Amino acid sequence: MVPLSYYLMLSGILFVCGVLGFLIKRNIITIFMSIELMLNGVNLSFVAFAAHWHALSGQVFVFFVMVVAAAEAAVGLAIVIAVYRTRETLNVDQVNLLKL
Amino acid sequence: MTQNPYLWIVPILPLAGAAINGFFGRRSSRRAITSVALFFCGASFAMALFFAAGFSSAQAPYYYDFAHWLRSGSFQVDFSFYLDQLSLVMLLVVTGVGFLIHIYSVGYMADDDGYYRFMAYLNLFMFFMLTLVLAKNYLVMFIGWEGVGLASYLLIGYWFTKDSAAAAGKKAFIVNRIGDFGFLIALFLMITHFHSLDFTKVFEQVAMRPPETAGVGLLTAIGLLLMVGAAGKSAQLPLYVWLPDAMEGPTPVSALIHAATMVTAGVYMVARSHAIFDRAPTALTVVAIIGTLTALFAATIGIAQTDIKKVLAYSTVSQLGYMFMACGVGAFSAGIFHLMTHAFFKGLLFLAAGSVIHGVGGEQDMRKMGGLRVYMPWTFMTMGIATLAISGIPPFAGFWSKDEILWKAANASWVYWVIGVTTAFITSFYMFRLMYMTFGGEYRGAPVEAAHGHDDHASGHGHGHGDPHESPWVMLGPLVVLAFLSVVGGFVGLGNHFEHFLAPVFQQGAEVAQEVPSAGEKITEYLLMGISISVAGLGWLLAYLLYSRRPQLPARIAASLGGLYQAVVHKYYIDELYNVLFVKPLIDGSTTILWHGIDQGGIDAAVNDSATAARHVSDNLRHMQSGNLRSYAGWVAAGAAVVIAYMVWMGVR
Repeated sequence: MVPLSYYLMLSGILFVCGVLGFLIKRNIITIFMSIELMLNGVNLSFVAFAAHWHALSGQVFVFFVMVVAAAEAAVGLAIVIAVYRTRETLNVDQVNLLKL
Repeated sequence: MTQNPYLWIVPILPLAGAAINGFFGRRSSRRAITSVALFFCGASFAMALFFAAGFSSAQAPYYYDFAHWLRSGSFQVDFSFYLDQLSLVMLLVVTGVGFLIHIYSVGYMADDDGYYRFMAYLNLFMFFMLTLVLAKNYLVMFIGWEGVGLASYLLIGYWFTKDSAAAAGKKAFIVNRIGDFGFLIALFLMITHFHSLDFTKVFEQVAMRPPETAGVGLLTAIGLLLMVGAAGKSAQLPLYVWLPDAMEGPTPVSALIHAATMVTAGVYMVARSHAIFDRAPTALTVVAIIGTLTALFAATIGIAQTDIKKVLAYSTVSQLGYMFMACGVGAFSAGIFHLMTHAFFKGLLFLAAGSVIHGVGGEQDMRKMGGLRVYMPWTFMTMGIATLAISGIPPFAGFWSKDEILWKAANASWVYWVIGVTTAFITSFYMFRLMYMTFGGEYRGAPVEAAHGHDDHASGHGHGHGDPHESPWVMLGPLVVLAFLSVVGGFVGLGNHFEHFLAPVFQQGAEVAQEVPSAGEKITEYLLMGISISVAGLGWLLAYLLYSRRPQLPARIAASLGGLYQAVVHKYYIDELYNVLFVKPLIDGSTTILWHGIDQGGIDAAVNDSATAARHVSDNLRHMQSGNLRSYAGWVAAGAAVVIAYMVWMGVR
């Protein structure tokens, strides 16, 4: 049986990849995908703990996260399309009008 | 002590009138306002007459505890009313003269835009004055005391668009606050030492204390502080300065508040507190000295005034001085007697002056009057009667009361008498000077048409004319009634009737009854009476010579007197002196220390500086909001990192 720490390490690596991608990438689609990566990193740790402690609540929570992620993707992609239609770009550095 | 459950109705009636006119008057017709104001004031007068008719000295004093007010341990103050011989006299004077002046105001203020406001204020004044008069304890009296001050302020500043009127109102209010401060401290002393403010209870405890003949003590302190209050309200030295300025108010107000009723509240209060003063001879002497000096001082100023109302104002101050002189020598009933007759003839003088001012189109300068007896015979006659009364010519009212005071004063000390008689001479002189300048000779003013409408209410009257005109009957009626009272009002003092009536209040019943003057005393009394009459006659003669026979003479005399005359014209520069001594330092101190120092330097600076600091900080912080999505993400990540680091660190510990 794979030890819990392996899962957690993989989960941490996925999360950090997501954070780095979120910070570094300019394409809004990639940033979006990075967010999904972070969420799934967290999901992984949830199910790992759930399996380890034989507790169901972690698995249930993952379903919630998935649902919310799906909803977020739907709304987010709609916004992305709207932004592309008006600004003709997906580069977040050029979408910076909202500031003081 | 007898219960009289109707006492509270007397003051409440005018309050109802004030409320109705105050709240609904703006939309009511003049006729409605008039009937409301007159009805409620007249109803009070009727109630007062009813009480007087049913008054029996055996049952007096009447009282009624209307409601509880303050209850704190053993200390309690109630809304209680009290009617004894003293308050009955005041009640009749206030409601009677007040009602007449209400009627007069209907004519005098007929063309004023704020008619409803004026009537509401007058009724409000009546309410507070009646509360003052009918109070059973010092605190209820203080409500009335402050309330009449408020009404006085509102009515002096009635034409508030005029700077001088607004300023005069403030002056009256502030000077009165100084006096009220003394009154309040006296009340506090009573609470700490007597644990009560009820007249009966306080006086009972006062009566148990020994008279403070040698040295000064609590009673002297209370007496002096009460006198400070009385000096403020009744315009005595050194707080008299507000009263002449108060003439900025409409003339009925001057008659009602600043001559007949409110300014006598101080005399009433001192007389009411006679139990305290009886046992504090030092305080009583101070009262006498203040009264005597004020009487002389104000009378001399009155000589050189040219504004008809100012002459009467200083005359009022001077006559109030007489009343305090009487109280000061222990002749409280003589003081109250003079208070009553003074209410008649001084109220009449002011109303007649108002009629004159009305008739000549708002002019108040006597140098621009003259010859008015032809145009306004009724005003001339009534005012003449009042002048005879105030000058102390028998058999008019003023003679009896003034002579009573002078006789009592002579018994106390000849100094009071000499000053009193001198003042009587000056009084007679300036009053007849006023008469000759106003009614004698030829008319010296501009044709009335040119400047008709009082300077205060500029809207023209409906009746056009070129000459001064007699006032309408609604104004002359009260004049005639008051003239009648000025003639016969003094006869109640015949045979010491008045003194006997008031004796139960002043607890001198035994003395008065036994006082059978010896032959020598009788001769002295008649001698002194003869002197004061002849002195009054001399004043008249002098005024006649100077202002009727040789009108050019006064100017020559004035010129030869030079500095002295200038000092009198400028009222001894007292206003200027107070300005330099109190007003200027106060304004300067407030400006530099309180305004520039504490307010601007401390409070405002703290507020402004914190606002500036907040702006600088946010000026720097706003660069965080760059609009760059990745920098936001960076902040979020950094923040999350900090939170995680903190949690890890805490977890390790």
